[in-house]
Amino acid sequence: MPLTIGVPKEIYPGERRVATVPEVVEKLRKLGFSVVVESDAGAAANFDDESYRNAGAGIAANAAELWSSSDIVFKVRAPDAGEVALIKPGTTLVSFIWPAQNPDLMQALVARKANVLAIDALPRQLSRAQKMDALTSMAGISGYRAVIEAANAFGRFFNGQITAAGKIPPAKVFIAGAGVAGLAAIGTAANLGAIVRANDTRAEVADQVISLGGEFVKVDYEEEGSGGGGYAKVMSEGFQQAQREMYAKQAADADIIITTALIPGKPAPRLITAEMVKTMKPGSVIVDMAAEQGGNCELTEPGQTVVKHGVTIVGYTDLPSRLAKQSSTLYSTNLLRLTEELCKAKDGTIDINMEDDAIRGLTVIKDGAITWPAPPPKLPAAPPPKPAVAAAPAPKGHGHGATGPMPAGTLAIVFGVGAVLFWLIGAFAPPAFLSHFTVFVLACFVGYMVVWNVTPALHTPLMSVTNAISSIIAIGALVQIAPPLLDTPRPDAWIRGLAALALVLTAVNMFGGFAVTRRMLAMFRK
Amino acid sequence: MTASLATVAYIGATILFILSLGGLSSPESSRRGNLYGIIGMTIAVLATIFGPRVTLAGVPWIIAAMVVGGSIGLYAARKVQMTQMPELVALMHSLVGLAACLVGFASYIDTAVILEGAEKAIHEVEIYVGILIGAVTFSGSIIAFGKLSGRIGGKPLLLPARHWINLLGLLIVIWYGREFIHAETASAGMIPLAVMTVIALLFGIHMVMAIGGADMPVVVSMLNSYSGWAAAATGFMLSNDLLIVTGALVGSSGAILSYIMCRAMNRNFISVIAGGFGTSGGAVAKKPDGEPAGEVVPVSAQETAQLLKDAKSVIIVPGYGMAVAQAQHAVREIVEHLREKGTKVRFGIHPVAGRMPGHMNVLLAEAKVPYDIVLEMDEINEDFPDTDVSMVIGANDIVNPAAQDDPTSPIAGMPVLEVWKARTSIVMKRSMASGYAGVDNPLFYKENNRMLFGDAKKTLEEVLGAFRG
Repeated sequence: MPLTIGVPKEIYPGERRVATVPEVVEKLRKLGFSVVVESDAGAAANFDDESYRNAGAGIAANAAELWSSSDIVFKVRAPDAGEVALIKPGTTLVSFIWPAQNPDLMQALVARKANVLAIDALPRQLSRAQKMDALTSMAGISGYRAVIEAANAFGRFFNGQITAAGKIPPAKVFIAGAGVAGLAAIGTAANLGAIVRANDTRAEVADQVISLGGEFVKVDYEEEGSGGGGYAKVMSEGFQQAQREMYAKQAADADIIITTALIPGKPAPRLITAEMVKTMKPGSVIVDMAAEQGGNCELTEPGQTVVKHGVTIVGYTDLPSRLAKQSSTLYSTNLLRLTEELCKAKDGTIDINMEDDAIRGLTVIKDGAITWPAPPPKLPAAPPPKPAVAAAPAPKGHGHGATGPMPAGTLAIVFGVGAVLFWLIGAFAPPAFLSHFTVFVLACFVGYMVVWNVTPALHTPLMSVTNAISSIIAIGALVQIAPPLLDTPRPDAWIRGLAALALVLTAVNMFGGFAVTRRMLAMFRK
Repeated sequence: MTASLATVAYIGATILFILSLGGLSSPESSRRGNLYGIIGMTIAVLATIFGPRVTLAGVPWIIAAMVVGGSIGLYAARKVQMTQMPELVALMHSLVGLAACLVGFASYIDTAVILEGAEKAIHEVEIYVGILIGAVTFSGSIIAFGKLSGRIGGKPLLLPARHWINLLGLLIVIWYGREFIHAETASAGMIPLAVMTVIALLFGIHMVMAIGGADMPVVVSMLNSYSGWAAAATGFMLSNDLLIVTGALVGSSGAILSYIMCRAMNRNFISVIAGGFGTSGGAVAKKPDGEPAGEVVPVSAQETAQLLKDAKSVIIVPGYGMAVAQAQHAVREIVEHLREKGTKVRFGIHPVAGRMPGHMNVLLAEAKVPYDIVLEMDEINEDFPDTDVSMVIGANDIVNPAAQDDPTSPIAGMPVLEVWKARTSIVMKRSMASGYAGVDNPLFYKENNRMLFGDAKKTLEEVLGAFRG
């Protein structure tokens, strides 16, 4: 029997997102589900009830009605106690849960005998799981929004300009942590025209930073900071010392600092001390994206914007929610992809397949029993640092004539063979042959020089024109058809027959070749 | 016309031929290049007809032959479809080869020319070599034509000990060459000459039969080169400098093209000629142990249209599949729609895409795609990371990341278009079958890749429908 997916209104204070948008409602219905949306669920994200109705969703007047009529519930924030009480046994809940931080919630959900899929517990290292990775899509939005918040609080342009009223220097933005959020922030700030520097303990992200228009700042200390699963790990004391010095230097120089540093299961690392804030220029801005986990900056007050030592410190914890329409759209697409995985048969029912690594990881409660944490996925044993595969020398471009000179040895051999051949010919061939031979060799070189310049786009016309030109062999036939008679007899009929046939063949080639080349070339146009 | 005038006219024709090849270096000057070729040819033919070597008695023959041949040629040129260009070119090569053979035989039985000593020997070597090259070109081109037009299967035919067969053939040819030169009379020389011709014909067949479909561009340009050498050999035979020069021009141009094609496939010229795929005896590539893992994500034509609409920059990579399906016009219409929207659309052409050098460019030109958005692999490869959507139409091996990542792959080291570096790549294909090289393509399993299955033309028309709708 087709199941009903319910989408309640988020009740967490300030939360504007909604777990499913009208566009996705249609696609869920195509998978065979029916969809019920609580009245006004999408209002804060600019999706009204009407648009849901048009997409084929039912509208539930209140939360109680919604929860009681749903077999599957899509949410954004983890449910609070009131919502948990509404869950009917056997319901499947898909939402952010953070099982490690919320043991009480987990117990409450177990008591309701629910199935719970925590979207935050997705094994992100599975490449197959990327399409469901809501953490990534939310982090990208946060990074973007962080730059917008910084620009809002910052009293100057981001891009440098030279105006009639004087020269404006570009803003200097320093981004700590180049994960998904950090990279999004780098790209956004660089697009606004700022000078962007970024740092991360994982050295391998340097290329990504550069590709987005940022500059990678190294900590002057040798240590690799990849902690597996794409996260960073805690670093040694010596490294941290060097890192602090680097941050102090950057803080004094930068106009805007955006921090995104998180270590899983630990409070956020304190990167920016009160001392560093004091050294910053008045009017500078810090956006602390780790505010919810305690903040990367000592002076951050989670959820607030404060001004300390003349520096605006933004500690919002709801950055994705501040871009509610965008984040709802992405989140609901992530959930749609998850639903597709759960419902391979497209018959409106779900199968929580615990053999599937991605699903296994997500499932934190199954049939009222805690299944979290999942064993590490058996698949790719986190591709260990590759033994410096010397990136195969870039294949040589087929630049015309622009190849490097031949190795001296090869060249010597070529010249040697050539010399021997020429000596042989010179020693034995008669003079008449030599004059022809001269012409032949020179013509080969002319052909070589001329053809190198032909653009590859014209290779086909080149072939057909050379083919037409090779029907010059007609000359050979022509001179044999009826030469001035000499005294010696010759088998005239035979020769004439052969020559005439050869002439027919070459004429086909001559006329056909030029005509087809013409036809082709006429098509090339700008 | 005196002999000197004829010679001067020949020099003029030679210059025009060189200008003709030079003119093809850019699309702007190419039409003029073709015109130079036509003028040069006209001058050469007229100068010969009115020159000292042809008497009036031959003129009716000449006119008749030219009219018959010319009208066949013009008719074929008008009728041929652009997708059949490789076949036509191969067929025309065979005509040159055959003509060279005929002229060689005619020259041999022409007893009017009396030479002595070294000159006689050289003249006979010239005839022998001229017929040899002509015969190989002829039979090789016929087989190439058969393969290109699908009359003969594209799979390489690999006889056991084929290298030994070739070597044996070569030895026989050399031995009969000796016999031929020592032959006292014309009729005594005829037997070695005939035996050699048969062997050369068989050799041509054998050589091209052993070459796989993916190597066809090399073969076609190689045969082009041979037809030039055949003309040059004829020139030596008849002591005609114009023939020598023109033949050498054509021969070296074909040789360079073959070389470019080989390099584009990272193949050694010798190994292509020796036949089969791969240098290790040419056995069909064995599958690497690690099959590409992951799943293939199919998309519909509508979703493809949506992806294209949302993209700011698109690179289209056409392959032989586009030619087979005649999909170039549908492609052009899609490109027009996208360009109207302000999307940056470009084409990336691999040097060996299709079945002859520059095949794709001609097809796109036929569909009136402006040539300044059609770029070469080297020009465009760096731009893939900044591209939103790369669309592969009926190509496989030329976009196979295994060529870069997997040193055990049979196509390892071949330069490829890095379509997988685009944000999303869409591969249009009829099925999951592997390309000519018989190599599986890890591209299909990449996370950012989508497969659009179906006949290229039909599917593209559906995409186009989604654009219009």
